[in-house]
Amino acid sequence: MSENSKPVDPSRREFVVKASAATSAAAIAPGVFLTAPASARPADQPVTGDKRWGILVDTNKCADNCNDCVTACETENGWGDSEPNSAPEQRTQWIRTVEIKNKSTGYAKTLPLMCQHCETAPCVDVCPTGASFRRDDGIVLVDKHICIGCRYCMMACPYKARSFIHEDLHDQKPWAPRGKGTVESCTMCVHRVDEGGTPACVEACSAENHNALIFGDLYDENSEISRELQKHDSVELRGDLGLNTGVRYRGI
Amino acid sequence: MGRILGLFILSLLWLPLPATADDMETLPFSNLSFPEPETHYSATQECVEPEEEMRKNHMNYILHQRDKTVHEGIRTRQHSLEECVNCHTAKDEQGEYIPVNAQDQFCSSCHTYASVSIDCFQCHATKPERSSTLHKVSGGAVHHSDQALTSNTLQIPAAEGKDK
Repeated sequence: MSENSKPVDPSRREFVVKASAATSAAAIAPGVFLTAPASARPADQPVTGDKRWGILVDTNKCADNCNDCVTACETENGWGDSEPNSAPEQRTQWIRTVEIKNKSTGYAKTLPLMCQHCETAPCVDVCPTGASFRRDDGIVLVDKHICIGCRYCMMACPYKARSFIHEDLHDQKPWAPRGKGTVESCTMCVHRVDEGGTPACVEACSAENHNALIFGDLYDENSEISRELQKHDSVELRGDLGLNTGVRYRGI
Repeated sequence: MGRILGLFILSLLWLPLPATADDMETLPFSNLSFPEPETHYSATQECVEPEEEMRKNHMNYILHQRDKTVHEGIRTRQHSLEECVNCHTAKDEQGEYIPVNAQDQFCSSCHTYASVSIDCFQCHATKPERSSTLHKVSGGAVHHSDQALTSNTLQIPAAEGKDK
């Protein structure tokens, strides 16, 4: 982590902003630019590598004892109380709140932890069947049609973000199929994202006016998440592993 | 002599009978009954593809769509399993949806008959949860469950009979 201790000269900053705008939008005539407005992908077109979805978690804005993102995920994807016969530590958790503490100072912070959607995901590396994969737009998923439930990915994941379903399920959500014998994790609400929406956790956080979660395209330098990442420092959890995660944190 | 004649007549009864028009009603699937969808895909077509095509190849459409959706994020609805469920789920007397894979419901009636076990619904929802996005017209035409098939190639009734 590094902080810019030197105040930025406003005129210099203005120049940088203008210069980046000039390089990103080629002017073909005065007032006419080649940049297209952000538009949703047509439903029949595959995802491309032009976007990379990410979430920025500002833990400073996380309210004490707030669990709204977790509850929203449970409701959206139907995993909250779906496994009554499993031990609590076995039950599915797509997202959970974790308290981290600096042992020397005693400073503690709660943050939401889910699949970090790594660019070089260990779960994808170790999967023997190809069920664990990274979509072109950066979302890491399990193709449960191919998953054999070996759970190598669960061992490989440094964030313990994946769960295994131990029992027969009923009344799953049509947009979030889940079943016994397969591994699952946060999908970044891929069914919503594909239709131009935002993940349920982000929506719930904004609804409570906490705004601790920002979702967006990391490759689009004009997206809110990119502007925020550019403005203030942020970290990857276990950045030492060099996984280039899609989920980044601020304030820890 | 009478005994020999009797044996001859008995042996005739054991011979396989030649297929006649009267036997067509017992062809596979012709007397299965299951709930009919209340809506049709279009005025001229009952399902998302012609019915005979769907009978033979529905699994290929679903399989193809499955990979497109999971890996490429293509969420068109015409061949999605969710839309199958949306249309083909029936309601009980209380107005509650019956799971589409329950006994004698749309999926299981044929698959039980053909002894094909499907595992779609170990993971996938068996009841509609959000409204269909396909443009559909109200149906009412009866087809396979009321009419006996008239050939052994599983042809659908003539198209003009579908818009009753």
